[in-house]
Amino acid sequence: MERRGSPASRWTAADSARFKPPSVRVCFEKKKGMTVYETKRKKVDYSKWGYIFILPFFISFFIFSLIPLVDTVRYSFFEYYRSGIKEIGPNFIGMANYASLLKSDMLKYGANTLILWIIGFIPQIVIALVLAEWFVDARLKIRGTQFFKVVIYLPNLIMASAFAMLFFTMFSTNGPVNSILMSIGIIGEPIDFLGTAFGTRSLVGFMNFLMWFGNSTIMLMAAIMGISPDIFEASDLDGCNSFQRFFYITLPQIRPILAYTLITAIIGGLQMFDVPQILTNGQGTPDRTSMTLIMFLNSHLKSRNYGMAGALSVYLFIVSGILCFIVYRMTNNDDPDGSKAAAKKARKQQRKQQRRG
Amino acid sequence: MKKRVVCIVLAAAMAAGSLAGCGSKPGSGGSDGGAAGEASGGEEGKVINIYSWNDEFRERVEAVYPEVKETSSDGTVTTLNDGTEIHWIINPNQDGVYQQKLDEALMKQADAAADDKVDIFLSETDYVNKYTDAEADVAMPLTDLGIDPDSELSDQYEFTKVTASDTEGVQRGSTWQCCPGLLVYRRDIAKEVFGTDDPEEIGEKVKDWDTMKATAEELKAKGYFTFSSYADTFRLYGNSIENSWVSPGESTIKVDQKIVDWINDSKEWLDAGYLDKTVKGQWNDDWNKAMGSASKVFAFLFPAWGIDFTLKPNWDGEDGVWAVTNPPQEYNWGGSYVHACTGTDNPEHVKDIILAVTVDKENLLKISKDYSDFTNTTSGMQEAAKDDSYASEFLGGQNPFTYFAPVAENIKIAPLCAYDQGCVELIQNSFSDYLQGKVDYDKAKANFETAIIERYPDITAVEWPE
Repeated sequence: MERRGSPASRWTAADSARFKPPSVRVCFEKKKGMTVYETKRKKVDYSKWGYIFILPFFISFFIFSLIPLVDTVRYSFFEYYRSGIKEIGPNFIGMANYASLLKSDMLKYGANTLILWIIGFIPQIVIALVLAEWFVDARLKIRGTQFFKVVIYLPNLIMASAFAMLFFTMFSTNGPVNSILMSIGIIGEPIDFLGTAFGTRSLVGFMNFLMWFGNSTIMLMAAIMGISPDIFEASDLDGCNSFQRFFYITLPQIRPILAYTLITAIIGGLQMFDVPQILTNGQGTPDRTSMTLIMFLNSHLKSRNYGMAGALSVYLFIVSGILCFIVYRMTNNDDPDGSKAAAKKARKQQRKQQRRG
Repeated sequence: MKKRVVCIVLAAAMAAGSLAGCGSKPGSGGSDGGAAGEASGGEEGKVINIYSWNDEFRERVEAVYPEVKETSSDGTVTTLNDGTEIHWIINPNQDGVYQQKLDEALMKQADAAADDKVDIFLSETDYVNKYTDAEADVAMPLTDLGIDPDSELSDQYEFTKVTASDTEGVQRGSTWQCCPGLLVYRRDIAKEVFGTDDPEEIGEKVKDWDTMKATAEELKAKGYFTFSSYADTFRLYGNSIENSWVSPGESTIKVDQKIVDWINDSKEWLDAGYLDKTVKGQWNDDWNKAMGSASKVFAFLFPAWGIDFTLKPNWDGEDGVWAVTNPPQEYNWGGSYVHACTGTDNPEHVKDIILAVTVDKENLLKISKDYSDFTNTTSGMQEAAKDDSYASEFLGGQNPFTYFAPVAENIKIAPLCAYDQGCVELIQNSFSDYLQGKVDYDKAKANFETAIIERYPDITAVEWPE
């Protein structure tokens, strides 16, 4: 589901200066054993090696990603599917696929996706923040943080479909969870977890939370560790309590990473598929309330309906594109605290000073 | 300079390495091209490719096809006495994977090298119609192979021949298996509720739906469920529809009155408490548990394979607790059809295999004995019904063929169409919500319409009976 990596480390002008290739001193042989060193003005250009080394990636990207991508967009304007083993199309039909998608329940599935995502993401980010803060806090002296870090990351290593399968069995009406609850007398009748929209959605959210909170924790820990310890020490001397320290120092300082986590999680959430697919057997039961956008896409692919699936992909692409743009803008701010408002304020103040000066 | 050369070589090697995967196929294809030319001259190819979804067919071929020499330990290649190899291409049925892979192969059939061509493929009753379609012409008419269905296949059950035929009545497949369904019930529950576990007497109590309902009431009074889930009875209704879901040449789905009857009866039975509310559909954990000794479910509706592959592994008690009797309505559930694929380069072998596995009476009786299949030979099954050596240990020495044979002879197969699989699957899914009381009837109808048009984009409308 969610895809994350570390934010691309930014290559600044200062770095370039540091790694500038040295001007090469070329040795010229002159008359009779006289060796004169001259500094050649022309820089040696290594950049082509860079291009050569990234070439394999671009070739494979071109063949395996770009061409299919362009094809997807192209087919979205065509009627192109399979009926039995007969291929229908491709016939050009303009925007008809897009129009019929708008008339379908696409927006409802979008809302489902959003709900499922929020149910999982809110506990995920809260728990991750708390854990990251605790693990990093030197004064808490938590033993075995390394062990806990590994353990909380473990659910992410299980294949989502296997995880969903496990939950499906555990929470089935005659499954172990109901048996346990009944035998200790909490409930009299088995609960039909997967029969209600609330139950199914909660389970999907819970699984996504379990699978991804470890990942977020580790990411946020890295962010918190990047804050200069001086600031924390200073705050201690000034008599900050831990809540103030968290809300006034930690949170503002990790805001860019937090924003990045949020946006990548949204993009990952847009592509939510395997957990609800396996848990509801691809049906989004009950009453299609846990049908996500990608499950909707998948049900078109049963008939190889490349046209309709292509159009849906284009919609998704546009939404993801907008979100990517937002994350790009947010992580590109060069202001210290990472927020737009602060950057504006800083610029204003600068101008004021200039005017005064 | 040297460094630069090394760099270029390395970079090239990397680029080549990343593309190596794509390059290998066309090369090998070229060398096979020659074989194709040879094959068309009347020679048989060296490789027979068989597409299937499990190793059931392989086991049958190994058991009865006399030319089989050996099978490799991983089960992917079977060598015949003349050196021809059968390559088994197995893809699971789940989620339509098998059909996807098969469709891909069939679409490439014309351009494939001789040894890569599909020679035999299997299909199930639910989607056999998709492949026997005359226009698609992927399954060869049996007459083209040199098999005359009227004379050579006269001992097969009529409905299996109808199922494997296209709309013109040309038979394009054949099966070794025939899947009449029975009612399988628990003797211990029968004794407690009705005072007898005799199949004849229980048969009387379940002979039609009205009697069945009275019986269900009796079972309920003692705290038992008649069947486990509403999906259990679907095949009985679904197999007796008057017209196919989609009439040939149309793009409208006509939901049969029988299907609506199933919905209404299931709702009534479920609300009355004759069915176990906690079991939602088939092939899930709850359903499997309902076959265990702790369950309160009296009976299941199963064909021969269901008793052997589904009921037996889920039963945790002793043998002899289950018994079979006639179902309230004759029905067929499942069945694997063997088709010769158009364009095969091994027509002689294909013909031999089809005849050996699906027609030869001796072989079919052997399959019945060894694998408990109800096989496709009318006279053979009549003999088996009277022969006590066909008795089943699991059924406590009862001979199930006594009950299977009359059902098989009375099955009138429902008219099929290429959309059957999706219709059968989606109507059950959509109305599951309704039966469990999650949505109202109209919403379930709407959900079915949405789902079916998603699955089959060429469907334009759904009509419901008045």
